[in-house]
Amino acid sequence: MTSTIAKRELDDAGRKLLVRATQGRENFEDLVIVPIFAVVAALVLGALIMLATGVDIATIGKSFVALAVGSFGSLNAVSETLTAAIPLVLAGLGLGLGFRAGLFNIGAEGQLLMGGMAAAIFSFSFPGLPFPVLMLLSLTAGAVIGALYASIAGILKATTGAHEVISTIMLNLTSFQILVYLLRQPYIQKEGRSDPISKSVPDAGRLPQLLDWIDPNMRLHAGLFLMLIAVAFVWWLLFRSKIGFAFRASGANPDAARYAGMKSGLIVVAAMATAGALAGLAGAAQVQGVLGRASPGFSAGIGFDAIALALLGRSHPVGILFAGILFGGLEAGGRQMQVDAGVSIDLIAIIQALIIVFIAAPLLVRAIFPWGFTRATKGGK
Amino acid sequence: MADATSASIAQQKIESSGALRARISGGVLIALAVLVLFVLDVAAGEVATFKLTGPRDAIQIPNLVVPGGFNMLVAALLAFLGARLFFRGGGRWATMFIGIGLGIAVLAFLVWADAGKSFNLTGMLSETMVRAVPIALGGLAGVLSERVAVVNIAIEGMLLAGAFTGALMGSLLGSWLGLVAAVAIGGMFGMMLAALVVTFRMDQIIAGVVINLFVLGLTSYVTSQVFAEHRWMNNAEVFRRIEIPVLSDIPVLGPMLFSQNIFVYGALILVGVATYYLFHTKGGLRARAVGEHPRAADTLGVDVYWTRYLHVTLAGMVAGFGGAYFTLGSVGRFDENMTNGRGFIGLAAMIFGRWHPVGALMAALIFGFADSLQQKLALLNTPIPSEFLAMAPYLATIVVVAGLIGKARPPAADGQPYVKE
Repeated sequence: MTSTIAKRELDDAGRKLLVRATQGRENFEDLVIVPIFAVVAALVLGALIMLATGVDIATIGKSFVALAVGSFGSLNAVSETLTAAIPLVLAGLGLGLGFRAGLFNIGAEGQLLMGGMAAAIFSFSFPGLPFPVLMLLSLTAGAVIGALYASIAGILKATTGAHEVISTIMLNLTSFQILVYLLRQPYIQKEGRSDPISKSVPDAGRLPQLLDWIDPNMRLHAGLFLMLIAVAFVWWLLFRSKIGFAFRASGANPDAARYAGMKSGLIVVAAMATAGALAGLAGAAQVQGVLGRASPGFSAGIGFDAIALALLGRSHPVGILFAGILFGGLEAGGRQMQVDAGVSIDLIAIIQALIIVFIAAPLLVRAIFPWGFTRATKGGK
Repeated sequence: MADATSASIAQQKIESSGALRARISGGVLIALAVLVLFVLDVAAGEVATFKLTGPRDAIQIPNLVVPGGFNMLVAALLAFLGARLFFRGGGRWATMFIGIGLGIAVLAFLVWADAGKSFNLTGMLSETMVRAVPIALGGLAGVLSERVAVVNIAIEGMLLAGAFTGALMGSLLGSWLGLVAAVAIGGMFGMMLAALVVTFRMDQIIAGVVINLFVLGLTSYVTSQVFAEHRWMNNAEVFRRIEIPVLSDIPVLGPMLFSQNIFVYGALILVGVATYYLFHTKGGLRARAVGEHPRAADTLGVDVYWTRYLHVTLAGMVAGFGGAYFTLGSVGRFDENMTNGRGFIGLAAMIFGRWHPVGALMAALIFGFADSLQQKLALLNTPIPSEFLAMAPYLATIVVVAGLIGKARPPAADGQPYVKE
């Protein structure tokens, strides 16, 4: 009796999984049209906000030109866009993987801070190691510490049922304090400084710059390859590996996954740890590739932007890659906009938030643009 | 038959998990006893002096002088409570034991930090009150919306919006109208959250995160785009403290409760009103029904959507009032991201307070106490880094959420959208 029920539930779950896996072909509108509308609507609303704060039309036009030029208009702009995209995509991949496994991990920011801090400490602790070894080991240190920090929330969820949203928020707040405390320790603090800032990453620990032979100001670094490898790896993990299937199954229907003999607690911890490793890697890449040291708030909200990214990319690795390049472009273009048109870069944060509203509430987009959809009656997810 | 056995197994599970919890809490108290005995030991000859009244207070009472032996006593009491919990279980007194244990451990810590010195206890308690206000109001906003099953991560954004509007409108139209505007804007964001999650059925946590990002972006944008040039738009008059005659002369309690600004009084009144409303009126009962079992409430004729809209909007207004404290109640000027995570601490206070307004207030007072203690510790030169004290509330929240000490149960339908059939 129970076995037939379990079987039926399993069939249901299997069918749901199939629908999710083939989403790309069946749900073109949700996957392509909604994001495009979301970006356009967000840009238009951004222009309205500029208008409301007394920016004249000519400057608004100029700022959108600057946004485009600053993000993709030159080799330097592309370099900046990709540099900004690297940590976003890495952290976003982790969050997307969590979403697939049914986990809402808000803790990327804290995991990123801990990972970046670990990479910095490791690299200046072993300055004797030669170039690729120290760089790779520091990245690994970042990933491991990020994974451990995220596992706290995973283990708590698996053993006590503590909701991961609350525990990761608390772990974020805790990580800010841990970071400031660590940065003041004599072993870690830069010599001769009274403000909390870490010693520098030695040259052998840095991710090498890729385009400095054209122009030394181009900041694009080898983290680019790390990002591409991570995209491929997460795609393989989610869609081709056994554990990835377990992640997706327990995200789609935890009960069916349990009936099928999957260890739900273990899956939760593994998914959190993988997400944390990716976020930690993002922090390490930022420290070793761009900043060269850790300081309070060096994460600059990347962990929160990555949530937006994972939603925009529909938790699909390739989608997250494109979303990351879009957000990186907004970031780089926003800086140009601030310089050229004198419009504050904080406008970009507004535009990003608006994009997610439209993405996460497909019903809203359908209500605003009813003519864009053939099946307008179909509800959101 | 099968049901009966499974029910008894469930019963046993609950009992054994209760016993386990008692053991864990007992272990924690015993560990605290060891800590107080060996780390927080004060030489018997030393005394800690706590100043209770200032030189200009109407009624003078002598300083509180605590001899060093006090900590020995605390350690003994902690060990007794811990051992009792560990071996016998606490039964229904367990929570009280833990509360008393943690309370006296904090006292021992104060005595240790203050040994051979003296500091102003009343000043710290009054500061505790002030720091607790935004957290308590954030927590109350959380209670109001989660009681109707809408998870409100957006409290942080609502506080920030209230702070911003308070500063802007307070500068343009005067403090009172600024306060009204802050409450209105908070309510507007509450309504926006309700619209996103009730009407458009967006994921509640995503909606909250989005509102936070949006408010942070918008307020930072206007601060650097407009306020940087027009400073007069960000310079509101601050509400002065109002002394309540007679009551404010009471030593210790007077400065703490009766010589504060309208935000402290407002928070206390709102907590009282919300408690009465939620637990003693028809509307409150309906709201809680919507949070526990929306379908049943719907069947009985309660309009679930309307109830959710109403209470989330009210929650936004409360958070807007709490946000105005940051500008109109303290410095009169808005700075980027000035709430700095207080909304999330408010959320923690709500969980700590078990989704009850008074509980949220008590939790906020504990967090406020930790916050003001952290400031004082710098003055007392204790070897404990202030960062550890600052993270204590967060770790405590994790412990509570994990159910290691006491179990907090959210409203049953919390976080789930409701689709009318």
